[in-house]
Amino acid sequence: MMAMKQTLGILFQLCQSLLVVALAPLLTGWVNQCRAWLQNRSGAGLLQPYRTLRKLFHKDAVLAYNASPLFRTTPYILFGCMWLAAAIIPIIAIDLPFSPAADVIALVGVFALARVFISLAAMDIGTAFGSLGARREMLVSFLAEPALLMVFFTSSLISHSTQLPHIVETFTHHEFVLYPSLAFAGLAFVIVLLAENARIPVDNPSTHLELTMIHEAMILEYSARHLALVEWASSLKLLAYISIGIALFVPYGIAEVDNWHALPLAITALLVKLALAGAGLAVLETFLAKMRIFRAPEFLGTAFLLAVLGLLIHFLLGA
Amino acid sequence: MDAVGVLPLDVVGGVILLWLLLGLFGLVLQNTPHIISSVIFPLGAIAALAVAGTGLWALGEHASYAILPMGLPDLPLHLRLDPLAAFFLILLGGASFGVSLFSAGYFKSMQGNTLGLLCLEYHLFLAGMALVLLADDAYMFMVAWETMALSSYFLVTTDHHVPDIRKAGFLYLLIAHVGAIAILLSFGVMQGGHGIGAYTFAAMREAHLPVFWSSVAFLLALFGFGAKAGLLPLHVWLPEAHPAAPSPVSALMSGIMLKTAIYGILRVTFDLLSVQQWWWGVLALALGLITAIFGVMFAAVQGDMKRLLAYSSIENIGLLLVGIGLTIIFHVYGKDALAALSLTATLYHSLNHAFFKSLLFIGTGSILHATGERNMGRMGGLIRHMPWVAVLMLVGVLSISGLPPFNGFVSEWLLLQAFLLSPGLPNSYINMLIPVAAAVIALAAALAAYVMVKFYGIIFLGQPRGEAKAQPHDAGIWERIGLCWLSLGCVALGLAPVYVVKQLDLVTQVLVGRGLGNAAAGWLFLAPVDIERASYSPVIFLLAVLGVMLVTALAVRHFYHGRLRRGPAWDCGFPAQNARMQDTAEGFGQPIRRIFEPFFRIESELPSAFDTHPRYHGRSDDRIWFALYLPIKRITEKFSSWASLLQHGRIHLYLTYTFATLVVLLAFV
Repeated sequence: MMAMKQTLGILFQLCQSLLVVALAPLLTGWVNQCRAWLQNRSGAGLLQPYRTLRKLFHKDAVLAYNASPLFRTTPYILFGCMWLAAAIIPIIAIDLPFSPAADVIALVGVFALARVFISLAAMDIGTAFGSLGARREMLVSFLAEPALLMVFFTSSLISHSTQLPHIVETFTHHEFVLYPSLAFAGLAFVIVLLAENARIPVDNPSTHLELTMIHEAMILEYSARHLALVEWASSLKLLAYISIGIALFVPYGIAEVDNWHALPLAITALLVKLALAGAGLAVLETFLAKMRIFRAPEFLGTAFLLAVLGLLIHFLLGA
Repeated sequence: MDAVGVLPLDVVGGVILLWLLLGLFGLVLQNTPHIISSVIFPLGAIAALAVAGTGLWALGEHASYAILPMGLPDLPLHLRLDPLAAFFLILLGGASFGVSLFSAGYFKSMQGNTLGLLCLEYHLFLAGMALVLLADDAYMFMVAWETMALSSYFLVTTDHHVPDIRKAGFLYLLIAHVGAIAILLSFGVMQGGHGIGAYTFAAMREAHLPVFWSSVAFLLALFGFGAKAGLLPLHVWLPEAHPAAPSPVSALMSGIMLKTAIYGILRVTFDLLSVQQWWWGVLALALGLITAIFGVMFAAVQGDMKRLLAYSSIENIGLLLVGIGLTIIFHVYGKDALAALSLTATLYHSLNHAFFKSLLFIGTGSILHATGERNMGRMGGLIRHMPWVAVLMLVGVLSISGLPPFNGFVSEWLLLQAFLLSPGLPNSYINMLIPVAAAVIALAAALAAYVMVKFYGIIFLGQPRGEAKAQPHDAGIWERIGLCWLSLGCVALGLAPVYVVKQLDLVTQVLVGRGLGNAAAGWLFLAPVDIERASYSPVIFLLAVLGVMLVTALAVRHFYHGRLRRGPAWDCGFPAQNARMQDTAEGFGQPIRRIFEPFFRIESELPSAFDTHPRYHGRSDDRIWFALYLPIKRITEKFSSWASLLQHGRIHLYLTYTFATLVVLLAFV
């Protein structure tokens, strides 16, 4: 029975790993398509990100003369980190065998590791935009990262565990209770999600206007397969963040580990949730305006304070 | 007990003697400086390794004692090696092994007489730190403490021709002594007026002080050791002394000497004082949080690479103090499992900081030799000229930023777990304080990553910025070995937390009465309480990331092509770019300065738009220096000028004073 459970667990883990890496560009395509619809454009279609990736992989890479090995390795590190992050968040089944290796604090660490590497790579060539992007990215993240950690803390305190499977299990099995602390945490999480995935109002993923770009400024010097990996990693990151949101706030429908039959239902539920979240993201992006870069710390400071407030409320009310 | 009858204490004592001898040899061998650098320093390094090994051995043994037939009448010198001292000896030996090896290469080009003296002070400094850890009476402790302070003062002022360095050294000496006085007073309070024999630590352990007096002793110790550690507002010497000292000395001071202060606080709080108060913990926690945020904020705006690291040390000391504060709080409320957890985090972080900060400081030494610059604004692109230093320092940078799977992350993880497990303390105010404290810790950790991206990015990446040497050379072989050792230490401490925590249990058992007991989770998983609650496995983590990277690289290579062209940087098609368009150190720190503006005292001078040779000048200073230290200095000067009214240098006046004093005294008799 134990061996059976383990085999199933590994199977689920593999299944989810492959699913996320295949689905991630689709999610990006879906968000872009929704945005196009909301803006009365016909859009490039759901599959456009795949086409872009294919095109990029076929091109010859162009590297600046003074690019160091750090610059060439970073896309792989980035991709590895983001894939890992997306693979360990329980979204289709609870008991993924890999999850004890990295809990929520380590998950925040994975994101930080990727961010530090991409910022360093951005500074490597020594262009004006590269260091500008790196500086802004670190500026945004030094508030977003602790806010995310506080969101995780709130849910960890409720479920008495920092392991995502246990957090998810607590939230799925309990009868539906509205935790006031989680409401604050949820609000903070949305802001963090927008900021960390280079979305409006903090950053604009579809512009190369020098005054506003953050993420795009960092990856300007990448081309071909390196750029493809960076873009794919960005999609994975968006998927990972939305998965965190699903796992923490709406985990319903997830499969138990020894329940083989629940898997199709779990995957369907996941797809519906991802589609809704992507559409929601597009709506948010359509209705919000990009803010000045120095308003971003205030915006993220709000997220940080909201998350801390959520934590305090948990300590005060015990809920 | 060992069959031969050799105790760990004997070995450490022998090594201390060896260090002293090596120092004296250095003085004798002034005329052959190459022997000092290539024989004496490596020998000192091997001795350091022996200290670390002995420490590891002594962790599991009972405390061993020795009484030396020297010292004061009725108070011979007492030595004792218990697990707490053993742990800090491991830290001392492990980190100084790398630094000494590095020094063998670093001081190669130094002149004979300076080098001889430096060799003596260097080994005296090491011996002093080891004796601080071994001392078992107040007299021995103070002698060792002063040896450490004075030898490090002379090391800081190695380049005493430079007025600024003399000034920095004086500031260091002054604060070190204000601190030493407080420590002495603290021992005086704990001794409790029972005669000179009661100055032994054993007597202090037995003396059960009333709450008031033990609080006084704690506060004095916190002040005294805080002055050495760089606790706010006694931190001002750190950013002055560290840049002034030669890099290996900065590494020893920041990596190890600051930890002796942490050792002192732990020794006094958990060993010498038998009962703690909860508000001590709150005080330590609050001071630690302020220090941590302050340190990292100031680190973000520095342009001098060693000043930046000095401020980052202040931050880390703050984190350590937070750990100590938490430990006190949990211990007072009888939550010994949590106390063990936060103490483990504190000790672990001490060890980590010793390794990564020493690594980064000696790395700046190599950069300084290669470029002749401390100002990051004139560096850039060094990764292409100094690949060894660049790669090894990247390990240090990732470790200090608290990123998995390196060592900084493990201690941060443990500390955050301690916060997460804390609810349920009987004091509701503390319950409120703890989430806020956790938030501040998270903020400090995220800012540390900002600082380190700036540090590494500006120094090693990008294009060379200006007047630094065109072809900087990489570090020599000794320097590489030293850097390698310390970065290996960072990696090993990051990958083997289970083993380290098991060893730390021996220390926490002595101090707070129980260990973490990680055994249930197996050798692969670090699980401080229960594997259901929290676990972390750096090995699996690393293998997974590396595996995915490898598979991706192979897949990309296999399915597509590996074609690569080199061309000029694109930079959005902007044609006239040059190296001056990159961020400078000031530029990279500008957002932090802007966000936290009220905390800095900013002076800046902007050129007018029509200036043909525009010059920008900006300074961010520490408000505390102006608000606290300068007034104290003015008051002291005023008092001394009043006192000087009495002094004229004429002998008959002084005789008159004596006469007046006698008359006044007669009136009392």
